[in-house]
Amino acid sequence: MSEPIKFSIQDVNLYYGDFQALHHISLDVPQNSITAFIGPSGCGKSTMLKSLNRMNDLVEGCRIEGDILLDGVDVYRQMDAVELRRRVGMVFQKPNPFPMSIYDNIAYGPRTHGVKSRSQLDEIVEESLRAAAMWDEVKDRLKKSALGLSGGQQQRLCIARALSVKPEVLLMDEPTSALDPISTMKIEDLVLEIKKKYTIIIVTHNMQQATRISDRTAFFLHGEVVEYDDTANLFSMPKDKRTEDYITGRFG
Amino acid sequence: MRTRFDRELETLNLEMIQMGSLIERSIESTVQALIEKDVELAQEVIGYDKDIDDMEREIETRCLRLLLQQQPVAADLRLISTALKMITDMERIGDNAADIGEITCRIAREDYIKELRHIPMMAEATIRMVKGSVDAFVHRDLEKAQQVIDTDDEVDDLFEEIKAELIGMIHQDADCGAQAVDFLMISKYLERIGDHAVNIAEWVVFSLTGEHKNHRIL
Repeated sequence: MSEPIKFSIQDVNLYYGDFQALHHISLDVPQNSITAFIGPSGCGKSTMLKSLNRMNDLVEGCRIEGDILLDGVDVYRQMDAVELRRRVGMVFQKPNPFPMSIYDNIAYGPRTHGVKSRSQLDEIVEESLRAAAMWDEVKDRLKKSALGLSGGQQQRLCIARALSVKPEVLLMDEPTSALDPISTMKIEDLVLEIKKKYTIIIVTHNMQQATRISDRTAFFLHGEVVEYDDTANLFSMPKDKRTEDYITGRFG
Repeated sequence: MRTRFDRELETLNLEMIQMGSLIERSIESTVQALIEKDVELAQEVIGYDKDIDDMEREIETRCLRLLLQQQPVAADLRLISTALKMITDMERIGDNAADIGEITCRIAREDYIKELRHIPMMAEATIRMVKGSVDAFVHRDLEKAQQVIDTDDEVDDLFEEIKAELIGMIHQDADCGAQAVDFLMISKYLERIGDHAVNIAEWVVFSLTGEHKNHRIL
């Protein structure tokens, strides 16, 4: 790993009330890389992802132990949640554009963070839409409702919206599971493109997607990380039999 | 959970065993035909070539279909890609056996310029290698694959001995040149069969360890 560590997860345990959802998770996510979290439903991968920008803060009874460091700074003890979520954006499984115009969807975040100048907002909107490879598709209808876009376009809009506040990390929770193959391919291309500027962590149920886009893959099972390795290694020569059994479809 | 895929892999294994035994028989018969000057048997071996080609095509189709439908990973991916690579070498072994058969058809009516000593030894070693390499695949046996790779030197040494002997014979009596060249060709075909067996064994090592000739290729 030549790149510096962006996220360092150190011996994290997470509980929902009495239920322990994560057991002693430790892994380092290098900067400007794509890391995939895979595993069967309920294995803790989404919980881990959400812990990284404290989305679990809102869940009642959720308790977390251990350290999660962003650039070496403890996100739970030394960082404001709003600041954390500006630096660590998130894209969800189902595209969730706000019921407003395309322009306002993108401008929402920057406005919340105090950007008022029209020209500055225009610039951010164009830049973000270009980064999400959809500027040419929507530049003539920025004032139209985002809800009129196709599912694939809506998801890329959500990525553009996440990029509008200039985050450093992008968390993606099964971002293409509701999309057709062409839209999926566009999102994958986009993710590979923006990796130059951002650190990306993606939860996916699609093994082929993990092999296509990620540099490293972590296999979660029953709230533990069974194996974390270069994606090519993990999918060609997994070290743990449970990894082998899962990725070859013997369970899960 | 994946019974259909497992059944397909079992069938693939069976087909590899079938193709393996076909090429083994092909080498055995072609050498027997040479020793016993049995033209009929030599022609039979030439006929095997078509069966071997058909098997190659069948296995190739199965492997490609599995890649398409199952998008295999890990051990499955290594196994299927190994089978795909192996059958090319297996088919070449069939060609080489048929090539020897053709020479036999041509020289069977002549008196041999020498008693065949080294060629049967080479044949024995190469059959052992071919059998070992296919067995290693079928039984996922790393040690056996390594043995095949190590046996290659034995075959190469025999080839050198035969070559030296034939050169000596040509020096003494230029008239035996034509047949000496035929025997040299036959030895070379056997030596090539040994090389193909080594290739197969190297892919078997890949399928078990992920490394091909000590390199991670995936």
